[in-house]
Amino acid sequence: MNEIVKEAAAPVAPALTAANFKSTYKPIWCPGCGDFTVLSSVTKALAIMGVPPKDCAVVSGIGCSSRIPAYTTCYGFHGVHGRSLAAATGLKVARPDLQVLVAGGDGDGYSIGGNHFLHACRRNVDMTYLVMDNHVYGMTKGQPSPTTEPDWDSKLSPGGTGVRVFNPLVVALASGANFVARAFAGDLHGTADIIAKAMQHPGFSFVEILSPCVTFRPEQRDWRKTVHAAEVHVTDDAGRAARRLMTDDGLNIGVLYAGDRTPYPASVRQPRRSVAELETEFAL
Amino acid sequence: MQTTTIAPTGVSIALAGSGGSGVMTAGTVLLAAAAKAGAYGLMVRTSGPQIRGGEAAALVRLGPQAMSSLDDGFDLLLAIDWQNVNRFADEIVLGPRSVLIGDPDEGEAPEVFKATGARYVPLSLKKMAKEIPGSWINMLALGLSGTLAGLPLQALLDAVRESWKKPATLDANLKAVAAGAEAAAGVAQMLERNGGAMARLEAGLPGDKKRWMISGNEAAGFGAIRGGVRFCAAYPITPATEVLEWLAPKLKEVGGTLLQAEDELASINMIIGASYGGVPSITATAGPGLALMTEAIGLAVAAEVPIVVVDVMRGGPSTGIPAKSEQSDLSFAVSGLHGDAPRLVVAPSSIADCLGATQWAVHLAEALQAPAIVLSDQYMGQSRAIIDRPADSGMTAQRLVVEANTPDYKRYRNTASGVSPMAIPGTEGVSYTADGLEHSEAGIPSSQSKDHVLQLDKRQRKLALHDYGPYWADIEGDADAVVITFGSASSPVREAIARAKAIGVDLRLIVLRLLAPAQPTQMAAALKGARRVIVVEQNHGAQLYRYLRAWYDFPAPPASYHRPGPLPLRPAELLTALLEWRNAK
Repeated sequence: MNEIVKEAAAPVAPALTAANFKSTYKPIWCPGCGDFTVLSSVTKALAIMGVPPKDCAVVSGIGCSSRIPAYTTCYGFHGVHGRSLAAATGLKVARPDLQVLVAGGDGDGYSIGGNHFLHACRRNVDMTYLVMDNHVYGMTKGQPSPTTEPDWDSKLSPGGTGVRVFNPLVVALASGANFVARAFAGDLHGTADIIAKAMQHPGFSFVEILSPCVTFRPEQRDWRKTVHAAEVHVTDDAGRAARRLMTDDGLNIGVLYAGDRTPYPASVRQPRRSVAELETEFAL
Repeated sequence: MQTTTIAPTGVSIALAGSGGSGVMTAGTVLLAAAAKAGAYGLMVRTSGPQIRGGEAAALVRLGPQAMSSLDDGFDLLLAIDWQNVNRFADEIVLGPRSVLIGDPDEGEAPEVFKATGARYVPLSLKKMAKEIPGSWINMLALGLSGTLAGLPLQALLDAVRESWKKPATLDANLKAVAAGAEAAAGVAQMLERNGGAMARLEAGLPGDKKRWMISGNEAAGFGAIRGGVRFCAAYPITPATEVLEWLAPKLKEVGGTLLQAEDELASINMIIGASYGGVPSITATAGPGLALMTEAIGLAVAAEVPIVVVDVMRGGPSTGIPAKSEQSDLSFAVSGLHGDAPRLVVAPSSIADCLGATQWAVHLAEALQAPAIVLSDQYMGQSRAIIDRPADSGMTAQRLVVEANTPDYKRYRNTASGVSPMAIPGTEGVSYTADGLEHSEAGIPSSQSKDHVLQLDKRQRKLALHDYGPYWADIEGDADAVVITFGSASSPVREAIARAKAIGVDLRLIVLRLLAPAQPTQMAAALKGARRVIVVEQNHGAQLYRYLRAWYDFPAPPASYHRPGPLPLRPAELLTALLEWRNAK
């Protein structure tokens, strides 16, 4: 009865590095695209997290940045335009054991996928959403997105859209995202650190990554000079965070809000009744 | 129109009144009482456009065998009051042998009903109910209608006992039912003197089999769970909401999850995400929701992710007639995706079959890694019926998956069957990216002709080569005149064929359960010896007829009988149409 059971020593798995998460496929991105560095930041963050690639899923929609799943060694899901958060929500709720990372661009996430963005923030499922924001539709060759300045000239909207820009961080905060941060693609290690923090934080974490499109928005090369570290402490006070986000210059880099809302409950997956027992409610 | 029903077609009763008058409750208890008496039956709910407080009617049909649709007309219309009940005149068809009971204190019976020649029996229902403190008129109506239909008082009282727990309420309601039964005796005497007794259920009903009381929407939900579904993403829509509301607690009980989505674009993508994760998944919707889902259903085709979408059809297009039935999403279900996108479309043929067909759809979707659309409709979905317990077909989700670390794994490998082993996240050494972009066998995006053709062939082949067994259609009889139909239309068609047989006209019936992919070989066998074919369906555009003509060979150009909703197809209407077609040169 009182046998001493010796616990077997846990096998020591070799530490994972960024290389373990990078696939051999060559990205389709233009030379100089910010998304290359974001990919490196993602693989570095995944190594920091230490969850093996088989237990990670990278989910995306459509657009240049949405090609990222196949460039990792994780399980990938490259779905339809704008619905990455929905697909990822289904996956994470059905399979809470997986680490789920969602990625895409500003058109995919804020325009066609805008409604899912609101509700993903509200629902607070434990997953991380990265938006590589370059203020332009790149894959369709240069149309204005919700974050494009109203006077930006294009073939589709000559002279500019005249429509004010969307403020994703404020919307995320107001909608209930549990973690809100802004990163810059040019800072590989800083971005990796923010992504890792986002993944470690419970609930829905949102990271807006300024990722220059050198092809259609060459002026974004200047972001390297204009971005600056957020000179603020991370707050869990949504009111304070909102004031900062509403008044900053959009180039403030860092974790801006980390809340403590309870994440959407993971499915239990433990049956309490058999399928045969369910039919008793129909029986006469 | 012949409206008096005699066994075996049963007794048809409409209980009508303003919303809140309790006619739906009375109808539900009437059905429960019939079940206790050993009968079968069906209750169809109908109501005005108001969410609460408008006119409402419970349309109940009782008989000695299971039934999935209403009869031609009603033996009894009992109205608690007349507020806008005249709007139901098209649905509640009366004739000279019908009985019309109304409360004269609530006003005159509408001319539209009196003009049918129905025998009008004014009864001061409200005053009678007032004499029993704490009782409701609807229970009086229950006792009255149930007794006129031939149900034993004991069955009525037993059914009431199961519906109310509070002693005071229960007691008052039992008294009201008994008072209604007593009043029925007086009504019956009056009817004897004036044209004869109302149709009644015959004594000696079967009733010893294992039976269920279930709606088509509940049956679809249970079929999904029996098939192995453990995830559902839900967006409410009439008339599919009950599938989702039934699944919400039940999925939890069996270790699954239901999640409410922000819209149908989300719900469909959520179930694709969950199924990609290895969990069999479903959603339910109606036409407008199905329209929103089509882009993602195409993703499930291309990325080969099994999913099931139950479409409980309603009148269309656009918002159409949300709470009324129509079989008009068929063309959309079989061809409404962009690109060449093979999908499964399965149609339940009765309330009971909503269970079996949905379970089969889960099995097929999982076996073939493809989306399956279940074409139910409001008539089956929202009606409640007494059915024989459907045996479990044993059809469950069995997905071909790959083992960990399988060398040279390719997710979309060109296999002989067309079905390729799927890697489930969490499996080591076989990770891949599921993609809606055309791809190579390894899953790498490709716009090359050879990859496109290979994957198109593969996705078509896996559906074409599958052996669907005898479930693809129900085939009854071997006459050379053949009626082809599907879904809820098949119940009144079957009744019409039985009536034709009774007058010496034999007809063969083919009820299609598998609408897509088409089964030309099986159809050729089913049509052996056929000389003429008619296609029956409930929509304006003859959608099934046109679909069948595109995919199947017929001995001669088939005929078509089709008309839109919202009125259900009725046996007498179909009998007339079928005889006319059968007797044409």
